[in-house]
Amino acid sequence: MNAPAYNFAYLDEQTKRMIRRAILKAIAIPGYQVPFASREMPMPYGWGTGGVQVTAAILGPQDVLKVIDQGSDDTTNAISIRKFFARTAGVATTTATDEATVIQTRHRIPETALHENQVLVYQVPIPEPLRFLEPRETETRRMHALAEYGLMHVKLYEDIARFGHIATAYAYPVKVNARYVMDPSPTPKFDNPKMDNCPALQLFGAGREKRIYAIPPYTQVVSLDFEDHPFEPYRFNAPCALCAAENSYLDEIVTDDKGGRMFVCSDTDYCESRQAAGHHGSQSAAPYKEKAQGGSHD
Amino acid sequence: MTTIAELPPGFADKVLSAQSTFRSVMDAMARPGSVQRIIPMAGTAGPMMRGTAAIALTLFDHDTPIWLDPRISDSSDVLKWIKFHTGAPVVQDPSIAAFALISDGVLLPTLERFALGTNEYPDRSTTVIIQVESLEAGRSFDLRGPGIDDVATLQASIRPFDLFDRLRLNETLFPRGIDVVLVADDFVVAIPRTTRVVSKES
Repeated sequence: MNAPAYNFAYLDEQTKRMIRRAILKAIAIPGYQVPFASREMPMPYGWGTGGVQVTAAILGPQDVLKVIDQGSDDTTNAISIRKFFARTAGVATTTATDEATVIQTRHRIPETALHENQVLVYQVPIPEPLRFLEPRETETRRMHALAEYGLMHVKLYEDIARFGHIATAYAYPVKVNARYVMDPSPTPKFDNPKMDNCPALQLFGAGREKRIYAIPPYTQVVSLDFEDHPFEPYRFNAPCALCAAENSYLDEIVTDDKGGRMFVCSDTDYCESRQAAGHHGSQSAAPYKEKAQGGSHD
Repeated sequence: MTTIAELPPGFADKVLSAQSTFRSVMDAMARPGSVQRIIPMAGTAGPMMRGTAAIALTLFDHDTPIWLDPRISDSSDVLKWIKFHTGAPVVQDPSIAAFALISDGVLLPTLERFALGTNEYPDRSTTVIIQVESLEAGRSFDLRGPGIDDVATLQASIRPFDLFDRLRLNETLFPRGIDVVLVADDFVVAIPRTTRVVSKES
């Protein structure tokens, strides 16, 4: 034998069964973190081993897979995971949000609204929202059992006492179906409202921490806040420099060492489709024109 | 006596059939009340329906203790089939079962006898698979809860007739509770512990 022979979608069948059972319980108890026997994957922790295992357990030959990393289809993490499944499962891949049936994501929810025939799989580093407030697993587990989330409100209150507003900008805690407080993974809080009443199924996989959790479609997801300090999504106050979008989440890109910077959509597919549809921002390249060799550049 | 060679077969393609069956069950669990179809077929033994057999092959293994209703556990064909194809241990005590197979709803024991999970580990609860007469026609049930856009209407002919009344224990127990998978031939509907019946008509 020359080439190593892998099972479809890399994982062996016993592992898939174990993960599938965890996924079913996660869906049945929205926001609750189901422990699972996470496996070693051929990539380091922190590169999405949890998301990859969830994707491997649900993926079929008919699926069309999209992988994004911070909204981008073109970064190392996104490309390597996309290639991993193209090679081990032979699935079709896409960068278009609309066409995908399974979308694996690191730290963003696509700008294009998701639909019912899609599953969004999140890569999660620290699944326990209370972990930095209470390091003991036995204690946080008890707190979830009793729905005792006062500590989280104290944390948000301390933000207000110190900064005058809730300064938590990503991994902003949410309450799922009025019961479990959940870490939405380090997505910017700009994305939190998209989780609420979403038509697509949302699955979360944390490989190193060995947890799977889920938000079923059409489920209430509320960002924690106070009456006098309501939740507010944050966005740089600028249009995208490439597609002029006023409502997308923006990345800040430093362009020189003299303070120059530009803001562009973090969702590359959204930005590119808008540019293709004729939207242009302040930094858009001039439309490409053919020139003779040696012709002058203006 | 059935020998191993005479046992009804499992999936023709273990890997892709299990994947396809799982997606149907996952979609059913994610959208309670919606009727999903199980496409891949395997042989069935005794009173098992085609959908039940496919779910067993997809989700059961040596890690999942199984509880069987008296009618199934009387069938040595089913016991052999489960043992040979899945390796799952069959247990007498429903409170330690990961899955329960109910061939006919009239044989459903009191739900409190199954594992309900603990408040710390509500996932350690029994998933009860109940074979029913029809998931296309019968009484209509209006369902609400996570996974449902406003209201889902399920038309089904289910025994026991008071199944949804019995499942009201999920309301008081949550996050503990029982998740139910209904199977009629190759159709499947899931009723996770978060689903509530808002109205019933006969």
